[in-house]
Amino acid sequence: MPEKSAGTLASPPAATPKIKPPKRLAGTLYRGREGMWSWVLHRITGVSIYFFLLVHILDQSIVRISPQAYNGVIDTYKTPIMGLGELVLVIAIGYHALNGLRIILIDFWSVGARHQRLMFVIVILLWIVLIAGFAPRQIANIILEAQGHGSV
Amino acid sequence: MTTETVPTPRSSYSAPRKRRVNWEKWGWIYMRVSGLFLVVLIFAHLFVNLASGAGVRAIDFAFIAGKYATPFWMVWDTLLLWFALIHGANGMRTIVNDYVHRALLRKTFLAAILASTVILLVLGTLVIYTFDPCPANAAAGTLPSFCVGR
Repeated sequence: MPEKSAGTLASPPAATPKIKPPKRLAGTLYRGREGMWSWVLHRITGVSIYFFLLVHILDQSIVRISPQAYNGVIDTYKTPIMGLGELVLVIAIGYHALNGLRIILIDFWSVGARHQRLMFVIVILLWIVLIAGFAPRQIANIILEAQGHGSV
Repeated sequence: MTTETVPTPRSSYSAPRKRRVNWEKWGWIYMRVSGLFLVVLIFAHLFVNLASGAGVRAIDFAFIAGKYATPFWMVWDTLLLWFALIHGANGMRTIVNDYVHRALLRKTFLAAILASTVILLVLGTLVIYTFDPCPANAAAGTLPSFCVGR
């Protein structure tokens, strides 16, 4: 084996083959494709939900001060701007939850990594179904509240 | 060909490290296990408070008092608080470790995440378990119907 290697090395080097850089980041497992974008969206939604959670724990703690103080805070949740914020929050949580389940399947399901692209498509489809189910209800509640219909 | 004597290449300079708890591994496992719980906990939370009935329009002090009249939602909200905040804080820890390269700044951020997490866990847990559905300082018409002398 060493002699053979030495013989190969001794032969004159062939012309260096030219390797062209890929035109775009396609064909790689991760960069620039579903794997990367699902990860980017997971981080953005995760950070957004985290900062909402910090505020949410604080504002709900006002329930311990007095009923009128709590009702004042929760009334701001019923304004149109916050209503749209709740819709965005549910959309963010929906993605983070569905893609989180996809991550768990990639990590623990024996063929999970092989099907990660298909699972990403399924995540997006289920996400659309979730948004389609919730958005009309939430928009209806925003409109009813703005028209002055009280609760229940 | 002469044969050289090569010293064992993979012997370490010092004695092998003592085996410690692999916290990074347990953090990784926690994200997945708590994530499964959070899917159930959060979607039920969102359904009850935003989707069912009149949605967010139905929520007021009396609504909360009604939920906390039995231990079910108290336990639910406690699990939600602890699972979600630690899940979020651990995620933020990962992001800080990824993007904050200056050591002092990174340590400051990590300390801030830890401090805010501990404070909010204590605050939230106290709020749930010291909740009074019929407080003396209530304004007229804000209490649930089961409070005597409403």
